Formats: sequence, structure tokens, C-alpha cells
Amino acid sequence: MDSAVDLPAPFARWFAEKGWSPRAHQLELLARARSGENTLLIAPTGAGKTLAGFLPSLTDLVRRGKIPPGSAFTGIHTLYVSPLKALTVDIERNLMKPVTEMGLAVTVENRTGDTPQSKRQRQRLSPPDILLTTPEQVALLLASKEAERFFKDLKYIVLDELHSLVTSKRGHLLSLGLGRIRRHAPQVKTIGLSATVADPMELQRWLVPQGETPAPPASLVHVTGGAAPDIAILGTEKRIPWGGHVSSYAIDDVYRQITRHGTTLVFVNTRFQAEFLFQALWAVNEENLPIALHHGSLDAGQRRKVEAAMSQNRLRAVVATSTLDMGIDWGDIDLVIHIGAPKGASRLAQRIGRANHRMDEPSKAILVPGNRFEVMECQAALDANYLGAQDTPPVGEGALDVLAQHVLGMACAEPFDPLELYDEIISASPYANLSWEMFERIVDFVATGGYALRAYERYAKIRRTEEGRWRVSNLHVAQQYRLNLGTIVEAAELSVRLVRRNDKGTLGRGGMSLGKVEEQFLEQLRPGDTFLFAGKVLRFETIRENECLVSKTFSTDPMIPSYAGAKFPLTTYLADQVRAMLADPERWSALPDQVRDWLAIQRERSMIPKRDELLIETFPRGKRFFMIAYCFEGRLAHQTLGMLLTRRLERAGARPLGFVATDYSLAVYSLNDMGAMIDGGRMSLSELFDEDMLGDDLEAWLAESYLLKRTFRNCAIISGLIERRHPGKEKTGRQVTVSTDLIYDVLRTHEPDHVLLEATRRDAATGLLDIGRLGDMLARIKGHITHRDLDRVSPLAVPIMLEIGKETVPGEANDAVLEEAAEELIAEALS
Amino acid sequence: MRSKVVRDDDLLTRIGLAARSTSIPGIAAGTEEILVHGVTAVCDPLGGLYLPETGMLVVSDLHLEKGAAFARRGMMLPPYDTIATLNILAAVIGRYDPKVVVSLGDNFHDRKGSQHLPADLRALIVSMARGRDWIWINGNHDPDGTTDLPGTSTDELVYGGLVFRHEPSLMSGQGKSKGEIAGHLHPSATVRRREKSVRRACFACDGDRLVMPAFGVLAGGLDLRHRALQGIFNQEALVAHLLGRDRIYSVRYGSLLG
Repeated sequence: MDSAVDLPAPFARWFAEKGWSPRAHQLELLARARSGENTLLIAPTGAGKTLAGFLPSLTDLVRRGKIPPGSAFTGIHTLYVSPLKALTVDIERNLMKPVTEMGLAVTVENRTGDTPQSKRQRQRLSPPDILLTTPEQVALLLASKEAERFFKDLKYIVLDELHSLVTSKRGHLLSLGLGRIRRHAPQVKTIGLSATVADPMELQRWLVPQGETPAPPASLVHVTGGAAPDIAILGTEKRIPWGGHVSSYAIDDVYRQITRHGTTLVFVNTRFQAEFLFQALWAVNEENLPIALHHGSLDAGQRRKVEAAMSQNRLRAVVATSTLDMGIDWGDIDLVIHIGAPKGASRLAQRIGRANHRMDEPSKAILVPGNRFEVMECQAALDANYLGAQDTPPVGEGALDVLAQHVLGMACAEPFDPLELYDEIISASPYANLSWEMFERIVDFVATGGYALRAYERYAKIRRTEEGRWRVSNLHVAQQYRLNLGTIVEAAELSVRLVRRNDKGTLGRGGMSLGKVEEQFLEQLRPGDTFLFAGKVLRFETIRENECLVSKTFSTDPMIPSYAGAKFPLTTYLADQVRAMLADPERWSALPDQVRDWLAIQRERSMIPKRDELLIETFPRGKRFFMIAYCFEGRLAHQTLGMLLTRRLERAGARPLGFVATDYSLAVYSLNDMGAMIDGGRMSLSELFDEDMLGDDLEAWLAESYLLKRTFRNCAIISGLIERRHPGKEKTGRQVTVSTDLIYDVLRTHEPDHVLLEATRRDAATGLLDIGRLGDMLARIKGHITHRDLDRVSPLAVPIMLEIGKETVPGEANDAVLEEAAEELIAEALS
Repeated sequence: MRSKVVRDDDLLTRIGLAARSTSIPGIAAGTEEILVHGVTAVCDPLGGLYLPETGMLVVSDLHLEKGAAFARRGMMLPPYDTIATLNILAAVIGRYDPKVVVSLGDNFHDRKGSQHLPADLRALIVSMARGRDWIWINGNHDPDGTTDLPGTSTDELVYGGLVFRHEPSLMSGQGKSKGEIAGHLHPSATVRRREKSVRRACFACDGDRLVMPAFGVLAGGLDLRHRALQGIFNQEALVAHLLGRDRIYSVRYGSLLG
């Protein structure tokens, strides 16, 4: 293809002036889009994806020319959707540069939750050519009466970071929105921009209408290559710990690397790790290097400051969680350090891509495993990255709570015909398999809650007109919809404010806001407790209205170790790689001596399981008996397995006391000798690990699990069953709101088949409980279980044994805690 | 993660400990007998307070028809909360067969609640009230009393050496608060031991006065440490009697968090 011929003159000139030439994939995408195809561009970071995505729009707009004043209303030409607010702002800046330099008569604006009302209003009356926005804003625009007018002229939809969008509920919402946009603008073409994914065809289908007669999948432009990254596992003289995740052994080595590089991005997996590491780095920061902290709970203002300093190259290092995973371009990062195991090969590749945003130069990265299993995991991920292996999660079925939200939104836009809306919905790939019956249940849910007891007909939110269309009952419903829109549900959080005690010892008002922390964590603190947050050790003072007041403390040892935060489980792919490496002693040579020795002793004392074998070890320790299962299926699946296994062991008479789960294994401890029971034929491992545990045992456990209640809360909010808590409206205290835990209990007792419980179970099966993965494992290990009854703990068991009594689960405690507290009062009374 | 499995023998110890506090014959195990301003009161784990000397059963903050009240505002909560709450109330009444039932205000979640109560639920209340006195204390959610239900509505009741009202009086009126049984605040308490914490609704009593837990299944709770609950009690003497699954757990305010 001859670029000089294909590109309009201003573009050809602009490239020439810059001394650049358009890349092959940019031109190919342009050609395909022009010929009317929907397209998917898969390219590594730094390949000029953004410009490629906008070339079809820009060239088309140049051809169209400026719209003369006084012309009829023209809707937007191009819609750009990104998962991050910040990214839309960043893109606007990046896009305006060539637009201005070429002198193009093209208007570009962004629209996010932060856009002032007046500007949004204006955008509806006089839309820009290119609108940069988020999935929530698309839904909001579609739910308005002017939607058709606004979208009817749309030519292109550019979807950025598509790989990340599609696997979330925001992606589900957006896919439904696309279905509606296509009705307003049948001519529209989609352009998906994505990092490398495991299954491109899923995204190619996502981009086009499905339903009874699916359109041909979007055509694929795949850019491979780029320089292979230069990744190493941190070499250290120090002893690599057996357990734990915080990598404190490596602080000095990490700091040394920071001093040797220009700007280092230090990635961690949890907010707790981020806080801990930041604190530890400053403790050894003899040169006073500017090192900053960035995670999702910090105050937005503080985060913006860090981002600004970063883009101006004023920082030497930033300790960050996944909030920095995506897109935004910041200055020159020349090293990425990854603390803890990566948990997924694709995630690692993307994070490493943050270093050196130029495709043809190698990115430099160092992995810092937290313990010995993580050393193996890092090595496996490292091999995978070189092989270009991918383990992004599948797109999955569209969530029902999101569907309920969409149905209400569509009724807000204009009265809908159920058959037409159903066809539109199944044209979205995540909902292609939605049954008509389920659709009807969702409509019924939106109208009156969908209960068997039809008590709320007179309060219905949407009603049928005489023509059989559904319309909203009143304006309040539409208002409610707009306030509750969106699929991101924040945990109940309180903002943390730093205050000072005055001379009289009373707490002052005002003071800096540090960010937000889960209410559940703060509730268990008492005045004087210290904890780590926003890079500081803080003293908990009190909760006042919806704020948590804290003061500075001189203590360097926080008393309360951690609070909940995102933790990714090990991906199936990487887990399989770790099992393969473990099973193959020839691959051990890549591992450090300490780790190799550890495995060698394991081989002598117990055994090394084969790749598809499940090793079960039993041994006594102290007054208890332990059973370790080396499943390698990730923490969530192990957690579920642990819950179910203890129920079965209870029935078998093993008298289990509890369990601990890590990404690699599961440990159950009991009062009776499980090893002897297995060897003596009194307990069968194949029965214990039979797939039928996913039946009644699962149901019985789910009834009480707080995990399910948490999932239910999200579904209740997203589906519009209850309203979101809005900042500033929560001052009157908890008793005026309604607890979703209580709703869950009532609903489960009285209508266990309710559609919202169905939605909750579906979410939990793929999310917090990872039931699907557990099921796959139970099928895989059938007939491949090997038992070793040992007289003492094995080397491989040490890491998980160290977790016992250390990790905690908020909310999973029971009456036993109350029992203990009540006994104290009795003791006091008797003494 | 870690999870503790409660064993049968733990359970036995528990019941053994609980039995100590049930000295009144015929009263269910798992209850806790206390004194409020010198009057004997039995805290029941289902959330009711029984006064054996007067044969009176006190419940508070039933918030009946809360689901319907929300539905009127566009949030379709399950329409089963009233029946669920009434079933528990029936169980407590069955346990003590009281001469008098006092419902301590916020009996219905809003003013329209008792008027729109479905007929079958109304009949259930009528049958529970048969053969005993029933007193509805008016609350802030339902200040106008009830419509078409048995019993008497009033703002305040003085009886058997105690005074019953919906909102606790403020500490400043010292004398006023002695012997007061009130509701309104939905007290709940968080108990923390080592790394675990549990939050439950509770009776809050400092010996002089008592604030009832909310009885309604959708009523929710407010932590004892919340500002709204400050200044109500003599904190030195305050004990939270938490509603456990099978029994009451009594924990001193100062040692709730270990």
C-alpha cells in the first residue's frame, strides 16, 4: 500500500514534517475501516494504537470539511470510549496536538462525570465531532430523549483498552449500549483497540451485532513483535523467605535499583503491600530521593499530584497498585520493578510495557518474588512472557444486574417495545444467549421487584401502555436511574481525615483528607490503635459522621496489620506452568540455589507431584493433624474448596478445626488423625474430593457465606433494587439506610429462586468463589490423587503452615468470638 | 484465609455457661437475666425483653412494612419483611405467654404502614393480641398511632416501676432516665478478639436504663460507639447484651474491642 496516495494531503505533509512515516498497521486499519469493515487492532504498548484508531475518523472529517454555520443539527461523528476518566483527558491532549498542527477543522471534547453540567448541556445541543467519554456517560446519553438525534450521524466508535473493558460489568453495560447505538445509527463501524489477548475472536465478535443472524466478526489487524523485554528475577544475597508476600528481605536491593535508574515504577498487588513497601523504602532512603505512592484509596487530589509530578519527570520512583496498569503516558520510565508474584502472564506483560513506551526498544523489568513458591511463579511467568503466552480471562456471560439497569435506562429514553428491545439486547455478544423468559423476568424485576408475592403493582416503576410498550411511571424514576447509573460499586467507605489535638486535648476540625478506607476495617478499631495508610502510621481517634478522624503518631510499628484490598488470584495458565516446572527437575536449574535445594529435600522427604497429579500430605504437628492439598488453583478456588472440605471432614468424623488457603495449596487442620483415617480405609480421598461437593454442600455453605452477601450487595445496587449511598447524604447514620445483608436474608428465606439471587449466584460462581475453576480441578484430578502420610511437616508445606494464624478474613468470624468475650465478664463476675 | 469450625463440645460449654443465668423456671435457655433500676428483666436472644414481675413482653422498632415503604419510593425491597418479623414475634410471645405486649415505637416504618397492611398480616397481629393487652408506643416513624389494629396507642407508659418511651431521654434529665426502657437507636455492638470481629444487635443497659435492640428483620443497627449513643449511658456500668444465634452474650462496653 502506498501511503502517500492513501493519506489526505494534510496528513502526508504532517508525517513528512515530523520526519515520520505512518506505520503499516495504521494504514491497514485505515484501509479496512474505509472499506466499511468493523476492525480490531491488537498491538503492544507503544505501537501508536491511538493514532491508528483515530485515523479513519480524522481523514473522514477532513474530507467532510467544516460544517457551515446555520446548517441543520449534526450529531457526533466519532465516539471514543475508554475505561478510565483520566485516559479521555490524556487522549484529548494527544489528539489535539496533530489536529492543531495540521490545522484540521475538527472539534474534540471529552465528557466524564467531572464535566460541568453546563458543558454537558451544551454538548447535547451542539455536539463536537469527536466525543471522548466513558461507558457510564454513553449509557446516560442513551437514556435521554435526545439520544437518537445525538447519535444518528455517528460513523465510528473507537473502543480503547477493549481487553480490559470487556471482562467487566462496565463492558457488559457498554455492549448493551452499542446495541442501542446501532439502532440509531445503522451505518456505524466499530474500531477496537486492545493489548494482546488469549482469544482475539471473542473480541472480534464483541465488536459486531450477534443475535439470530450474527454479522461477520470484525477483521483483525494484529501487530506482533516489538523488542523482547529484558526481565530478570531480583538477584539477592539475602535468604528468600518461606512465606509471606511483602518482600521485606529485598528492600535494600530494590532501593539500589532505584538509585541506578532514572524513573522506576514499582508495582505491587495489594494496597497493603503498597503502603508497606513505601514505608520501608523511605526508611532506607538515605539520598532522600523523591519516591511517591499511588493507589486507588488515596485522595484523588493526591493521586493527581503524583501523576503530574510523574509526567514532568520529577519523581525517581512510584510505588503503585493496578491503578497505574493502564494507558496513560507518563514521562520516561526506564525500569519496572514488580513486587510479589505477577499472578498472571498477561498482566505482567502489560505492566512491564509501562517501562519505555516505545515499541522498538526493550522494556526493562525486575521481578521480586515474596517467597519460594513465588520464585517458581516468577520464573514461570518469565518463560511465558518470552513465549508470548496469554491468559486474559474470557469475556463471559453478561451480568443480569447490568441488564436490569439497562432495561430501566431504555424505558427512560422512550417507551420500549419488549420484542424490539429483546432483539437489540441479544445483538450484544455477552447477552447473545439470553432467553426470552429471563428477559421477561428482568423486565418484571425492574417494574415491581419481580416477586412471587405481587404486592407492589401499584408502585410499579415502569408500566405497560395500551400499545404494549413499557414506559417509566414518573419523572422521579428517571431521576433515580441517572443517580444510580454505573456498575462500579464502592465498598462502604469512610474518608480518612488527619486532625490535630489542641491544647485541651480535644480534636480539631478541618485537616487534610488522606483518602478512603473500608468502613468494615475502621469499625473494629478503637481509639489509640495505629494503622498504616497513605504512607503514614496513623492513630485512630474516632468516627465522626461519615469521616474517620486520625492523628499523627510517632510509632513506626502499626498495630493493626492490614485491611482488605484487591488481590488477584493466580491465573489457570500460570498455575499450570508452575505445576509443570515443579514436576520437571530439569527446569529447576533456572531457579536460585536456595529454592532448588528446598525442592530437592521435598523430593527426598515426601515427593514431587506430577503435572496433573494432586499431592495430599498428612502429618501431625503440636496437638493437631494437618492435611495439605497442593492444588495450585488460586486462593479463591482454594478458599471455596476449604469451606466445602471442612464440612465433609466433619461428617467423616475427622473433627476439623479450620483451614488456610494460599494461591498454591490448602491446609486443613483437625483433632483426629486424618492420615491414619485415610490409610486405615476409614476415609476415602477420592470421595472426599469428589465433584459432588459442588452440589448440596455448596448450597448449604452459600447460605451463610459473607462472600455471597457482598456479591449480593453489588447486584442490588447495580440492578437498582436499592439506591447508592451518595456522598453527603449519609450523615444521618446507618439506621436510615437499609442493609443489603438483611435484605439478602429475608429474600433467601422467602423466595430463594428470585432473579436477583440467581444473578448473585452467577456472579459468585465466576468471581469471589471461583466455582468454575474448582469444578475443572476436581474433574482433572479424578483418579490422580496421591497421598503421603508423613511423620512431620514437609518442606513444601512450610509456606502455608506459616500462614496459619496470620491471614484473617473480615466478617467470617462467628459466635465463638462473642463466646470468648462473654466469658471474660463471667470470669469477672466470679472472681 | 482461616476459618474456625465450632465444635459440639464448645457448644456444650456454651450452653453450660448460659444455663447459669436462667434462674426463673420455665424460661428458655440462652436468655440473660438482668436488673434495670431494680426490676428483673430477661433479655431474649430473639430480641424481646420479658419482665416476669409484671408479665410484660417488650419489643421495639418492629419497622413493619419497611419493604412497602421503600417500594413507595421506587426501591422494591422484598415484600416479606413484615411476615418475617411477625413470625419471630409470634415465637417470642409463644415462649413467654405475656399478659401485656409493649411495642416501643417505630412499629411501622412509615405513617401509611398500618393503613396499607395486607389483611392476612393484620389477622396475624389480631390473633397474637388475643387474650392479652397490647400497647403501641408511638415512634418518630409512626407518630399518629395505628389504624384498625387491636391495642392502645400512647406516647409513654409508666408501669411496674419502669417508664416506657420510644426515644431515650437525654442524660441531663438524670431523674427522668432512671428506670427508662426505650428504643429508637437500634443499638448494636462490635466485639473484637485477636483479629476477628463480630457485630450484632444488642440490649444496652447500664443498670439504670435500657435501650432495646431493633426487632424488625430489616431494621439494621447503629454501633454503640456512634455519637447518637453518647451521653445516654453511664459508660462505666454499660453492658452490651448481644443477640447470638442461640443465646445472649454479655460484654462490658469497655472491653468490646478486647
